[in-house]
Amino acid sequence: MMYYSRLRMLGVMALCLLSVLLCLPNFMKDPFPRWLPWHQVHLGLDLRGGSFLLLQVDLKALEKDRLQSLEHQIRQALVAEGLGYVGMQANPASAEVSFDLRAPSERAGVLKTLNALTQDVSHEFDISISPEGHVVVRLRHEALVARAREAVTRSIEIVRRRIDSTGALDPTIARQGEDRIIVELPGISDPERIKALLGTTAHMTFHLLAPNPTQEVPGATMLPTQDGRKLAVLDPVEVDGADLADANATMSDGKWAVHLKFDTKGAEDFARITTANVGKPFAIVLDGRVITYPVINSPITAGQGEISGNFSAQSAADLAVLLRAGALPAPLTVVEQRSIGPSLGEASIRAGLLSLGTGFLLVVTFMLLFYGRFGFYADIALLVNLIMILAVLSLFEATLTLPGMAGILLTLGMAVDANILINERIREEVRLGRKPLQALQTGFERATGTIIDSNATAFLAHVMLFVFGTGPVKNFALTITIGIGTTLFTTLVLSRMLIIRWYAHTRPQKLPV
Amino acid sequence: MLSRPLFRFARDDHNIPFLKGGKIGLMTSAVLSLLSICLFFYPGLNLGLDFRGGVVMEIHTPRPETPAEVRAILDKAHIDTASVQTFGSPQDLRIAINLPRGPQQPGQTNQTIDYLRQVVTTSIAGVQIEQADAVGASVSKELLRNGILALVFSLAMIMIYIWIRFEREFALSAVITLVLDLTKTIGFLVITRFEFDAVMIAAILTILGYSTNDKVVVYDRIRENLRKYRKMPLAEVLNLSINETLNRTLATSSTVFLAALPLALFGGSTLTGFATVMLFGIVVGTSSSIFIAAPLLLLLGRKRLRPEVEKRN
Repeated sequence: MMYYSRLRMLGVMALCLLSVLLCLPNFMKDPFPRWLPWHQVHLGLDLRGGSFLLLQVDLKALEKDRLQSLEHQIRQALVAEGLGYVGMQANPASAEVSFDLRAPSERAGVLKTLNALTQDVSHEFDISISPEGHVVVRLRHEALVARAREAVTRSIEIVRRRIDSTGALDPTIARQGEDRIIVELPGISDPERIKALLGTTAHMTFHLLAPNPTQEVPGATMLPTQDGRKLAVLDPVEVDGADLADANATMSDGKWAVHLKFDTKGAEDFARITTANVGKPFAIVLDGRVITYPVINSPITAGQGEISGNFSAQSAADLAVLLRAGALPAPLTVVEQRSIGPSLGEASIRAGLLSLGTGFLLVVTFMLLFYGRFGFYADIALLVNLIMILAVLSLFEATLTLPGMAGILLTLGMAVDANILINERIREEVRLGRKPLQALQTGFERATGTIIDSNATAFLAHVMLFVFGTGPVKNFALTITIGIGTTLFTTLVLSRMLIIRWYAHTRPQKLPV
Repeated sequence: MLSRPLFRFARDDHNIPFLKGGKIGLMTSAVLSLLSICLFFYPGLNLGLDFRGGVVMEIHTPRPETPAEVRAILDKAHIDTASVQTFGSPQDLRIAINLPRGPQQPGQTNQTIDYLRQVVTTSIAGVQIEQADAVGASVSKELLRNGILALVFSLAMIMIYIWIRFEREFALSAVITLVLDLTKTIGFLVITRFEFDAVMIAAILTILGYSTNDKVVVYDRIRENLRKYRKMPLAEVLNLSINETLNRTLATSSTVFLAALPLALFGGSTLTGFATVMLFGIVVGTSSSIFIAAPLLLLLGRKRLRPEVEKRN
């Protein structure tokens, strides 16, 4: 109990040295020496400036889309079988498509057609027909959930691709909860352009125009063009933007344009539509707007095309980025955004370091005055504690924010509590007339239980904070939780070792407490 | 200098009759907490952006701009619900727009801040946007819910832990004391008008953690003394335990206080409120460890913790 083997001592020293080494990268620019594990603490956005965006995937729109395409599918299937329907409508609120039979005799045929549809899409919906001939096709909840989950995963991927292509430096993109995406952009304090990039679904489709494009006809939708007109665009999608292989901004006749390259399927579709419709205009539609509607001069069979609109260098490049990255399965909305300018970040670092330094000095001085030699040992443990917290944070490349710095500071205030408990216990034992060695031994023993009890409750409270907290609060809880761990080591092992070594060397008759 | 401590809070042979003031302490604490609860309902907490939703922008202007001038610029751009204040220096201004009442469109605050950013940068030459935050209604509701959940769960965990490690009376009196501490902290927040945001929840939870830590040490000693002095009446055991741990209690709260003090002084606008609330919480937590937790334990545990001694008296 009161003896530390040489091996154990070496172990403790090695751990301290390792912590120092792990800390070093935070204070140096280049990896040196090269064999060192090179992990640095990341500074949070509040310390270095940047933007935080919380995006919400519009799952309602996704559901509505799915329902509309279901309605479309049903209509097509019924028409193809020569079956009739009355009053077909999609009801997004209850996730169902309903219609009435044209004639009761067609019941069996309709049921068969609809069932064939379900098999296609792996039982995504339920069908019910009332005796009066009212048909309800309802999307299953599980199917919607699965689709939503997949949509969010795909959205994250596309968001990442779009942001990567802007050259933003180490952005963080992560999922939060069911339908949210966190985007952190260090160093970008005005996220306008990135928000614009993310706010576009970028679903591009190629359609034919109605014979008389200014007149509304069934089977066509009036879509706005860039010059403020409205054109009747035929509903069937001739070529889908999903079949694009590549997109680049190029100069063509002194104007900016976007050069497209299709994959095999896209190239085939493109060749088919352009061969069959020479001399007719076709519309390039992006997110429900007609970008341009050139006339097809000759069949395009090489699987390449060009969009020329009124592009600037930036807007052509942005459109190319969007098309390359692919379309978002559902629109994204920014529901929370926070940006911090670089100068405020610097001021925060200064404020944090000043508080940390002053707080550390105050606590160290107090302990020295209050406990003398044992206080000095507690101070050494405290310094090592600070280094270890930084080491653990670096090891995991955790992010340090201003609240995180506050967490470290408070840990330092709380950390010496263990030393205080030990010292007070030893002091009590001395007063009860115990010999120094015995007093040390019982003091340590009795204090340990108390220390573990009191730290366990604090630990629990902060784990809760970590679980339920968001952003800066999480970081605060993280540093305190790490701090509680390192505190147990530095006080129960390190400072105790220092005291025991001092005792073994001097064998004092009286303890300096 | 290293050989002897220079000062201590209490002499070694002190025996202060803390429990004598127990009733008064409890009453005072209860009254203060009740007042705090009243303050919570009126005028209520100054909810920050996190929980209220809306838009806050902090700008640094090259020449001192009066709030009235900035307000005029915003009025001209039809942003008429904004509040404009200076903070720190006359060159630093804070523009806040609350969420309008009624149902919200997703992304509404986002559009508002984009517009505000555009207006500010075009109308004030050389302006620096230091901070621009927008929180939507659904997010702010969730943040508040999560904050409350964190508080409730922490309290529950603390209670369960103490219940397991100690006994029911200890757990109950600890949680009651914590709730008293908590309400007073909320009262303090109402009076000081510090913004109540997500970071404040962290402050309150830290206070709870610290306060529990403080109580557990006293309880630990009480439990030990209950075993050691089998014949001593509960009140005496409690008083003895408080006295024995007094130096430790005061020393620890001093170190935490000293650590948090620089944060309150130089922490900048983000952390000053946080740290000030921490300082208040440390004082409240320490005093309740001494004056509240033990009398409560006496009240709740008289019958169970010392049945035979109490019967004889």
